[in-house]
Amino acid sequence: MTLFRYTRWSLARELAFIAGALVFCIPLYLLAVISLKGPNEALVSPLSLPSDPEFDNYSLAAESQPVGMLSAMVNSAIITFATVALLIVFGSLCAYAIARHRSRLSTALYYLFVIGIILPHQAAILPLFSALHDLGLTGSHIGVILVYFGFMMPLTVFLYAGFMRGVPREYEEAAEVDGASPMRMYWRVVFPLVRPVTWTVAILTGLFVWNDLFVSLVFLSGTQDATLPVALYSFAEVSLGQWQLVFAAVGIAILPALLFYLAAQRRIVAGFAGGIKG
Amino acid sequence: MSERLHPVFRALALPGILALVAFTLVPVVTGGLYAFTDWRGLGDFNWIGLDNFREIFDDPTTRGALWHTLVFGFALVVITNLVGLGLALGLNRTLKTRNLLRAVFFLPVILSPLAVSYLWKYILDPQGLANQFLGEIGLESWQRAWLGDPNWALLAVLLVLVWQQSGLTMVIYLAGLQTIPDDLLEASEVDGASTWMRLRRITLPMLRPAFIIASTLTLIFGLRVFDQILALTDGGPVGATETLATQVWKQSFANGRFGYGAALSILLTLMIGAFALLQLTLLRRREHDA
Repeated sequence: MTLFRYTRWSLARELAFIAGALVFCIPLYLLAVISLKGPNEALVSPLSLPSDPEFDNYSLAAESQPVGMLSAMVNSAIITFATVALLIVFGSLCAYAIARHRSRLSTALYYLFVIGIILPHQAAILPLFSALHDLGLTGSHIGVILVYFGFMMPLTVFLYAGFMRGVPREYEEAAEVDGASPMRMYWRVVFPLVRPVTWTVAILTGLFVWNDLFVSLVFLSGTQDATLPVALYSFAEVSLGQWQLVFAAVGIAILPALLFYLAAQRRIVAGFAGGIKG
Repeated sequence: MSERLHPVFRALALPGILALVAFTLVPVVTGGLYAFTDWRGLGDFNWIGLDNFREIFDDPTTRGALWHTLVFGFALVVITNLVGLGLALGLNRTLKTRNLLRAVFFLPVILSPLAVSYLWKYILDPQGLANQFLGEIGLESWQRAWLGDPNWALLAVLLVLVWQQSGLTMVIYLAGLQTIPDDLLEASEVDGASTWMRLRRITLPMLRPAFIIASTLTLIFGLRVFDQILALTDGGPVGATETLATQVWKQSFANGRFGYGAALSILLTLMIGAFALLQLTLLRRREHDA
């Protein structure tokens, strides 16, 4: 440990940054206090602590129509976990083939995946909506899971393939010499070696799916299967001006991500930094 | 080399490839074709050539949407890069609370853009916190409906975007700063270079890769902005914050004009593609320089 002493300049800088951070947090502070106030207090004195906490705001928001915020949270969790699990399994396998199969075809595929990352989802959504509608898959978990799986696959393959190219083949060859079957070799040797990317993929795609409004709005609005952002959007539109209710719904909507961040902040930031390097 | 890949892995690569083809490549191409039709999502359609595009450029709302999309893209790049760089330089070393402060500034990045927009919608409301604060300090003449005033709505939405995205650019620049060797900075200090000189001659040039990544990401976020506008202004007042993404949604799903929506999304795709290409060339040039 080096002995750290403030100079006048470094103390001023530290205080300035802390003050800035406090101002930066005002929206989150407002969320905490206003979501617990009565309608009048919310308007008249937004910054004060709630004089008599109104937990009813949260129960009203939780029972919003047509889908309650809590059931929406379950829907979001199902959709997010299913999508991320599928992406990790099939995205990593696809990237493995591309990284290890050196041919023109695999190079071409790799670049197609890169192009897929930047294509805006708006450009694909209309034909997908009409096709899935014909298949009877709109308004269901399965339909959106498929769409998110498809939309996030390019990023997943890109991240895995970039990392796998840097992993030496020796480990795989050793496993083959030992007589391991291809599948055993993959899940026991390759997959553990690429764990850092698995974290990056899980964090980036998981947050995208969890927070996404657009796809869910197109496929699930007005249904019992709607996700948190869709439920929040419909609830906020009918609760216009009743800020204590809107804020309670916002509180429910962001609480899981907030807890996740508190529990795994370092891993999340590392996941973002890992994705950026790729 | 290629025969060393066991056939089972070729088969297992298919779901991933199929996902790319079926959910991105084919829909983008067919969507592109719909742009030249009057398709309404159901039933038959007619080929109408460039009529959709002509209408986009004739209608002040969609013309505005094109322009606002570009404004959001560029303004977000400039502001979040300046703020993120400032935060990164300030929080790179020396401050005792730097880890906590970094965690605070990064937090909004992971939150739902829709959810945080409602917090800001209250702050910027005519009866909201911003105007109450201006009243308290005697600046009543500055009070306005920030989201309801066509001259201010775009800036107000931009403020929300900057609040949420600056933590991302900060993290990118912090990662970039770690690649600068300490002894390089120390040597220049011994040689008598001022803080400003070190920043201009060493730090900023070495942050070039971070700058390219940060600006590409924020540009794409800016061009795609959707959730925040839906929550804050719904494109209003009088179309002042309408973007291509909100127009694609409204024209296709509210008005049922899939062909017209497809034409709008082609323009969005072209815009993003053009900037991605530009970024790729910049990256290539950097590799040549190195």
